[in-house]
Amino acid sequence: MSAEPANLELREVPGPSALGGGRHRFFELLWLMSVTEFKRTFFGTVLGYVWSLMRPLLLFAVLLVVFTRIIKIGGSTPHYEVLLLFNIVLFGLFQEGTGGAVASVVGQEGIVRKTQFPRLVIPLSVVLTALFTLGLNMIIVFVFMIAFGVTPMWTWLLFPVILLPFLVLTCALAMLLSALNVRFRDVAIIWIVIATALNYATPIIYPLSILENDPTLRHLLMANPLTPIFQQAHIWMIGSAETESVWAAAGGPLPLIVAAAIYVGVCVAGVWVFNREAPRIAEQL
Amino acid sequence: MIAPATASAATSSSVAGFFARIAPLTPVTYPSLLTTHAPPQVAIEVSGVEKTFRIPTQRVDSLKERLTTFSQPGYRELHALRDLTFEVERGEFFGIVGRNGSGKSTLLKILASIYAADAGRVRMAGRLAPFIELGVGFNNELTARENVELNGVMMGLTRRDARSRLDAVLEFAELEEFVDLKLKNYSSGMLVRLAFSMMIQSDAEILLIDEVLAVGDASFQQKCADVFHEIRDSPRTVVFVTHDMSAVEQYCHRAMLLHDGGIRAFGPADEVARSYLRLNFEQAPGEGDADMGGMADITLLDVWLENGQGERITNVEKGSELRFGASFEAHRHVDGPSFGFAFDNADGVEVTGFGVSLAEGAPDAVEPGQRIRLGGEIENRLEPGRYVTKCWVHREHNIVNLVLHSPHVLDFVVYGKEGAGVVSLDHEIDATVEAGASADDGAGVEGQR
Repeated sequence: MSAEPANLELREVPGPSALGGGRHRFFELLWLMSVTEFKRTFFGTVLGYVWSLMRPLLLFAVLLVVFTRIIKIGGSTPHYEVLLLFNIVLFGLFQEGTGGAVASVVGQEGIVRKTQFPRLVIPLSVVLTALFTLGLNMIIVFVFMIAFGVTPMWTWLLFPVILLPFLVLTCALAMLLSALNVRFRDVAIIWIVIATALNYATPIIYPLSILENDPTLRHLLMANPLTPIFQQAHIWMIGSAETESVWAAAGGPLPLIVAAAIYVGVCVAGVWVFNREAPRIAEQL
Repeated sequence: MIAPATASAATSSSVAGFFARIAPLTPVTYPSLLTTHAPPQVAIEVSGVEKTFRIPTQRVDSLKERLTTFSQPGYRELHALRDLTFEVERGEFFGIVGRNGSGKSTLLKILASIYAADAGRVRMAGRLAPFIELGVGFNNELTARENVELNGVMMGLTRRDARSRLDAVLEFAELEEFVDLKLKNYSSGMLVRLAFSMMIQSDAEILLIDEVLAVGDASFQQKCADVFHEIRDSPRTVVFVTHDMSAVEQYCHRAMLLHDGGIRAFGPADEVARSYLRLNFEQAPGEGDADMGGMADITLLDVWLENGQGERITNVEKGSELRFGASFEAHRHVDGPSFGFAFDNADGVEVTGFGVSLAEGAPDAVEPGQRIRLGGEIENRLEPGRYVTKCWVHREHNIVNLVLHSPHVLDFVVYGKEGAGVVSLDHEIDATVEAGASADDGAGVEGQR
């Protein structure tokens, strides 16, 4: 031992945790895992990006035909087609983020059980990958918006403001579901049903304005925390003078208070449950 | 049993080490009785660590079951580690041995921050890189280049560091040409080389290694052995978990034998290796893995394989000269002892075995305290793979009178070109075209030997 390195302090080993291994490493891993997954889906195949655009575009085409030619759900909503595409793309973040995260920790069993790994990276990298996808898809959305004659508005710049609370909610649910799924393996199956229900309980394929004659249902929908987010996004991105404000649609503070309570509840539960489960996840797999 | 004394000695020397650390500039006089050179620094300090697993008697793993079952599910407690205290010094190659279920994997996972300890604490000096299994976290869809970066970051390097290490990793693994090949196109041997190379190149102060020797072909194994010797003499600390006692004796400075979640032996590697073998061989006949404490009339002290040069080996090249050795000790008078060994392959098939009795000309009995030594050559016809050696002893040359039976006394690996089946037999088979059956006759084809 000729070149003796400097004395090293004995430091307590904290054990496994959600953020274990230092903040720097956490973010590097999060970034690297998301980018890797993103590259794999978009550039791994021959058609790459085009291929993954096909899915939302095909869905959009089908829905467009169904809801503008057959059911005419859009009513008199201006730029209904673009709104539909925008909503599908935006909800894609939620669907991909939560749906992918549910089974993520169980799926990465090898890593969780055999390496020292900040557990939180696993569900969050799924959400971050979904966010990258959203970013790419938004380019298409803007192309369509211009093509369909939506006049550019300064409120487009507010998109990140509406995206942030949406992203936080998605992350919280990703944490909650991925941790719960380790203990109860049927959470993933149950979540598919709930996610589909949420898809219809949020004004995605229909504009909120078609519920003009049913205020009770409209107020009920506003209690879903996703509804105010989507409604506000509608106003800022494609809205016209007739688009109802969130406040007017809620018809009073109560639905919004319920929505806020659910929102905060989910966020707190996500952080709390994940933190509590993180040290024991390896043992339960 | 030896542990308490050794552990307390280690603690007292670490007190000196502690003061040396907090006041490095103050000249400190050490009691000359204890240390003639600088006191060792502690790299890993484990104190009072406990781990209990609660094994549900009825497993509830769905929400549906949880909501429809009213009674609280019962638990059975499994004490994997009981009040474990020990220290590993800086620069040490430290072995942890023990039978399956002794708690060594649990300890390793607590050291690696994969499991949380229920009580006690673990302290470490420096960064730790765990290698519980080679190639964990490798992504088959990515190239070697991307995997080296990802894995490096997982091991705690920064991305830049991980990238700068790429060349060294690939060079050691001899995979420079395949840097941009996706791992799914790698052979298993290439994967193992890449993974081992990653481990060697991580610059963590403490390495945690769980049985990863015996990988790759002969030349790569030699390279790995060289690296282990190099690490052994470097200031890096290694905690090495294995079943292979010859590896413990070869590389480890000190070792620890775990049994039932506690320390059974602690000290110099060869002593601990012997304790492990004794523990394994002490099993009374028919008791399986249960440790009955009682001692058989004859116990196995040691068993080993040698190559043609008389060096002990654990990896045997297919078809090479193979010598076998074992030594027994008698604790009571035993008439007509016979000693048997058999080799099981990885599928649990008993491939071959042999039994020997004492040489003629001497009394056919052993007395308490006498030692019996077995040695000689074995015709090496084993196919490549992992083998487990079983051992038994009978009295009066009768297989009914079992004195000792140990199902697992020695592991070894045979490497080389794989043939068909479980043994390779010499053959002299000719293939000839029968005369008269066809127009062009007489062209005999000599069979390959």
